[in-house]
Amino acid sequence: MEENKVELVTVTIDGHQVEVEAGTTIMQAARKIGPEVAPPAMCYYKPLEGTGGKCRACLVKVAQGSTRDPRPMPKLIASCITQVQDGMVIENFTSPEVIEARKGVVEFLLINHPLDCPVCDQAGECHLQDFSFNHGVGTTRYEEERRTFEKEDLGDKIQLHMTRCILCYRCVKTADQITDKRVHGVMNRGDHAEISTYIEKAIDNDFSGNMIDVCPVGALTDKTYRFKNRVWFSKPYDAHRDCDKCCGKVHLWYRGEEVIRVTGRKNMWGEVEDFICNTCRFDKKESSDWTIEGPTKVSRHSVISANKYRADLISKPEFALKVAESQYKQINDDRPFLKELPEIKKSEDYQGLMKQNKDYFRK
Amino acid sequence: MQLTDRSKKTDKRELNLIERTYLPGLATGLGITIKHFFSKKATIRYPEQKRYLGPVFRGHHILKRDDQGRERCTACGLCAVACPAEAISMVAGERQKGEEHMYREEKYAAQYEVNMLRCIFCGLCEEACPKEAIYLRHDKFVPVFTSRDQVIYGKDQLVEDMKDRYNRDAWTKEDMEQMWVKQRIANGV
Repeated sequence: MEENKVELVTVTIDGHQVEVEAGTTIMQAARKIGPEVAPPAMCYYKPLEGTGGKCRACLVKVAQGSTRDPRPMPKLIASCITQVQDGMVIENFTSPEVIEARKGVVEFLLINHPLDCPVCDQAGECHLQDFSFNHGVGTTRYEEERRTFEKEDLGDKIQLHMTRCILCYRCVKTADQITDKRVHGVMNRGDHAEISTYIEKAIDNDFSGNMIDVCPVGALTDKTYRFKNRVWFSKPYDAHRDCDKCCGKVHLWYRGEEVIRVTGRKNMWGEVEDFICNTCRFDKKESSDWTIEGPTKVSRHSVISANKYRADLISKPEFALKVAESQYKQINDDRPFLKELPEIKKSEDYQGLMKQNKDYFRK
Repeated sequence: MQLTDRSKKTDKRELNLIERTYLPGLATGLGITIKHFFSKKATIRYPEQKRYLGPVFRGHHILKRDDQGRERCTACGLCAVACPAEAISMVAGERQKGEEHMYREEKYAAQYEVNMLRCIFCGLCEEACPKEAIYLRHDKFVPVFTSRDQVIYGKDQLVEDMKDRYNRDAWTKEDMEQMWVKQRIANGV
């Protein structure tokens, strides 16, 4: 019985202590504490097995390896694939070394990125945009030619822009794990590596559309949504429908009354937990197909919330409300007072006041 | 009580006989009037003459074209999201084969509208534009309108005319300082 019990270990991340099961990764432990300590992730995607360890965006410093061996680890480590040990002390945003390293990672990821955000459909919900905005520097030192590829057609549903790809392998894992028949992967090596379908075979299995959601950049985008609208001008709604192939839980993106895009429902880390089928994604673009649950909650700091005014999202500061509540006093109105004007005029107070200010009331 | 020493001492002596006729006072006053009659006017005849408003005046919007006459705007929507008055709206289009001479990038603004009743001419759209496409002209006002149909300006009114290109006199602070020096020399100051 004792052996089956899951061992709990304590780790400290940026000064926050948390108890997690042995075998969890540092990333998961940090996410358990909250977004203020969670390292950014570009390639790691929790719902997909085997992702992570490629982009180096989640590098953290281990200041103390464990209670048994308190030496710090010599190099920064990728938090998404490293398991925690008991008594581990991890520095993420508090370590200047990590922050400096992330600047380098951003620079490397952007070396071959075309930076065509004004044209890209992903802009506004792009993880690379967020990552470089939060952790990168505003300038580039790169002067050479950027890598380009010959255009490849992936059918009429999915648009591939290979130049924007950061080779995170998320879509490859999706094809491996979500769809029954893998038809695309990464070809060639190093600088020439590219996402490709085998002999330009169109992707026609039923869950292939999830590659669009999974892609952290604009390399795989929805062809039916191409250039329809910017992300922040459309309004997201939570909706669901009965689907025999998938869970049917989605975000509907509206422009006016029209549904212009359907995506899987993303959690706070930008990950889709329940993948949706292509029928839901591409074919059901009528409001009548869906049961609307209500507008999606979008973080106030996201550009998607721009120009949308929702009373339920404006929150009053909790502390001020508490103080107001604790200091609230009922007005004691028991004192007798005069209501009629003739009575008031007879009263002593009134006459005293008139006498004091008689210069003003002279007739 | 004296707070400053800038106050003028008034002469409170009794007026003498000549002063009591008020004639010298009248003459001085009239003299000032006549002097202004011959001096340079402070006003201009507005609709015919227009004052130079400076190189950074924010007037009529313009969607610039590049040197080859292609539209610079890619309908990225940053001007619209930056606009505090929500005056700008646009619809994007995809460039077709053979339109490369019209639009610079693969996406372009098929419709671009500025609602001039909403616009407050703050210039944030100009600042937000990553493609240097939208500018507020320093040399042209948005004309007065008399009905609401004239208020929404479409691409026909906004896109730059290649025959009559818009050029700002000064783009940077340094340019402006140089321009002021030139103006001072021209005015003989």
